[in-house]
Parts: sequence; C-alpha cells; structure tokens
Amino acid sequence: MIRTTLPPILQVHGLRKQFGDHVVLASVNLVVPRGSIVSVLGRSGTGKSVFLKCLAGLLRPDAGEVRFENGSADAVRRRCSYLFQANALFDSLTALENVALPLEQTTRLSRPEIAQVARNALESLGLDRFADHFPAQMSGGMQKRLALARALATQPELVLFDEPTAGLDPPARNAVFEMIVQYRQEFDFTAVVVTHDVPEALAASDRVALLEEGRTYFEGTPAEFAASGDCIVRSFGDNKVTVRTS
Amino acid sequence: MMRLLQSVGQSSLATVAGLGDFAMFVSRAVAAVPATRQLGRRWIRAVHEQGVRCVSVVTIVGLFSGLVLGLQGYYVLARFGSAGALGTFVSLTLTRELAPVLGALMIVGQAGSAIAAEIGIHRNSEQIDALITMGIDPLGYLITPRLFAALIVFPILTIAFTLVGLWGGYLSGSLLLGLDSGVYWSGVHFAVRFADVRECLLKALVFGVVTIAICCHSGFTTHHRVGVSGSQAVSVSTTRAVVLASVATLAADYLITSFLV
Repeated sequence: MIRTTLPPILQVHGLRKQFGDHVVLASVNLVVPRGSIVSVLGRSGTGKSVFLKCLAGLLRPDAGEVRFENGSADAVRRRCSYLFQANALFDSLTALENVALPLEQTTRLSRPEIAQVARNALESLGLDRFADHFPAQMSGGMQKRLALARALATQPELVLFDEPTAGLDPPARNAVFEMIVQYRQEFDFTAVVVTHDVPEALAASDRVALLEEGRTYFEGTPAEFAASGDCIVRSFGDNKVTVRTS
Repeated sequence: MMRLLQSVGQSSLATVAGLGDFAMFVSRAVAAVPATRQLGRRWIRAVHEQGVRCVSVVTIVGLFSGLVLGLQGYYVLARFGSAGALGTFVSLTLTRELAPVLGALMIVGQAGSAIAAEIGIHRNSEQIDALITMGIDPLGYLITPRLFAALIVFPILTIAFTLVGLWGGYLSGSLLLGLDSGVYWSGVHFAVRFADVRECLLKALVFGVVTIAICCHSGFTTHHRVGVSGSQAVSVSTTRAVVLASVATLAADYLITSFLV
C-alpha cells in the first residue's frame, strides 16, 4: 500500500501565508509521492484549508515553493482536481451537467463524447440512476460522490480533498475514506486529504503530515505517527481515539 | 481637521481603487471571449434571463408611461392651444429619455438584482473557486455572456418600451380625451428623426453594459463585503447592485444627453 519509493508528484518547501498581521502558515514542507494518499492533520485554525488552497492556486503564497513533477505549478495544476468541503456543486445543473461542465469548458470533446464520459464517471461512482437529479435532490453522501465524479471526469493526476468528512457521522466518514482508497486504485490518482479524522486518516493514508502553529510538525507514515513518542503528536492522536471510543 | 482630511483621502483612494478594479473586471470579461467555450449557448441563456423575463415588466411600465404622458401632455398643451402637438411630445419624450432610462431601471430591478444574487451565491458556496480549480475562467463563464446579452436585450426592450408607450399615449390622448388619431400619429411620424432613434439606442447600449457590469461585479465581489458574510453579504451585494446601477444609469443619461443635445 505504501508507495513512498515513487518519485514525488508534489513538493512543498517553506510555504508561508499570512492575512494582514496574522500568520496562518509560517513554513510548511510536504512531499507527496506519486500514487499515494497523504493526509494533512491539524487542529482547527492551523491553516490546513489555506494550505490546500495555496496548492490549488486559489490563494497566492507569500513565500515558499510549490513544485510539481515535470512542470511548472500552473501547468500541473491543470491536471489537479479539488474537492471542496461543501462540494461546491452547481445547484442549477443536474448531476450529469455538473460532471460534464469541466469537460465542456476545458476539452475539445464533442457533445456526445462528453455525455458518454460524464455518464461513465457517474456509473463508476454508482450515480448513473441519478444523472437527471439536481444536487439538492441527493443525500450528503451522494453529493460527495457526485463532487468526486466531477473531479475525476477530467482524469486528474492529483486530487486535493478539503475536509471530505466534515459534518458526516462516523459510518459515513469511514465510507468517504474507503471511497478515496477504492477510487485511488481504480482511477490511479494521488490524493492529498485535509482532515480532522485521525483514526480514519491513519487507516487510509500512505503518509501523514501534522500542522502545528503554521509549521509541519510531523511528517511520516501512519505507523510512525502512531508510534511517535512526541507529546503533541500523541495528545493529538489520543484525543481522537478517546472521541472515537466514546 | 487632519482626521477629516485623512478620512477624505482614504475614501478617495478607495473609490479610485474600486473604479480601477471595476475597469479591470470588465476588461478581463471582454478579453475572456476567445478562450470561452460554448459562449453562444450561454449567451442565449443570458438573453433569456435578461430579456424574456423582463418583457412583461418593461411593456407594462411602457404602457403606463405612455398613458400618463398622454394625459399630462394633453392638458398642458391644451392650455396653450397646442393639443395637436401631443404626438410630438409623447414620441420625443419616450424616444429620447423615458424609454432608455425607465427601461434600464426596470431591467436592473428585475434581471440585474437576480444576476447579482445568483453570482453572489456562486461566490458564497465556492462555486467560483470550483470553476478556477477546474481550469475554467469564471469571468468568461459567468460574466462575458451576460455582458454581451445586454448589448442586444437593452436596445430591443427599449424599442418595445417606446412602441408600447406611443400606443399608451394614443389610448389616453386620442381614445380617452378625443384628440384626432391622425393628428396624433402624424405628430409622431414627423417628430422622430434618425438622430433621436440613434440617441435612444446609444443610451440603451451604454446603460445595458454599465448596469449589467455593475450587477455582475457586485455579485462577484460578495466576499469583499465588510462586516457581513453568508446570506447577508448576498443581500448587501444585491441592494448595492440595484442602487449603483440605477445611479449610474441616471449619471450616464445626463452625460450622454449633454454631449448629444
């Protein structure tokens, strides 16, 4: 499962971002091996989502370097997809139209080809029966899958997940992480997952990074994270385990 | 005193920066034309959004404007023994002023507010960020079709407003108050020159681009509203769009009229 020997698809060095006088990211470093699932953990307000938005190009870092494999950040960002915490689906478009949208606007495919690719993406995620449904007519889990279908329709190499389990109950959280693992194998993408859910992230990820006070406090495998003697890493994990068993 | 000067200076700088931001917004929306896919389809949708939805309100307001002009014009002109000039009065008033201005204000109220709210919701629910991450230019996708739709919708609806208004003037002036219909329509026929129609259409075009750009910009910058967020920010953006677009319509009307008269 762990594929850390593969070359990194993404390397981040000394990433810094501040809003006014408030430094959100002081210096974040991260290496993402191709084909892996990397979870970025941290307390609320440690800048995990800001970090992900810097990777996606939605925010411009103040300093530091985001280096993608074989190309400039902009070139490879076109091979990136982003899953928003609240899915960011177009509520006036049907499921099929939502998935077709990036294909219509960024590829030269004909309309029948786009419809076919979009239907295939929906079918892969078990949503083919809901092609004509609007997002508001679907459950939270189905909307999450629809957002993933839209993200995967353009066959990205890197998918960025921003709190994919936010607001979901424990079984649904597990299902989302299982979905990421399953479709990572099926679609062969690399995943960076920002999350609070330590147990699920440790079970699903190849590597884990912990952000603390705007810095990468820990970076390693889930086994190393679980075995760490560091009090911050342990307290973080222990707290989550307590929450899980209660 | 220094604080007052400082405050005035800061407000002036903010206004200039805002105007610059607005100009960049419109320029980028226009420059996005070559890279925007399926612009035609989205343009047709925008024409429907602005045009078809506003036909009823524009024609109703046009009818009542004509009716009122017919009534008021008849009584005022009759005092001077010039009731026969009613057709001239109604047609020139509608063509040169009321149709482009009231038509634009009605479209802003009906379609402009909806555009600002819709784009504001796109911004709030991260749909605009989603477009960026999908490699889609949000200006090309959301703004450009609406700006270009305004170029056809405003002139057509202004013409509709004028024609219905002329008919309204005929209803009140001729059918209700008894002015000979031949006198009324010949007044219309001989009063309106090509220059009047050109002024009418020029105003409609300018009002269309300016007001729809303001409404789009207001929605697009919903996340910049200070002190409010979420649905409140959308509400503020919508109100701001309608107020700014209405003021801009009247200001532009004065400028164009002063250059053309």
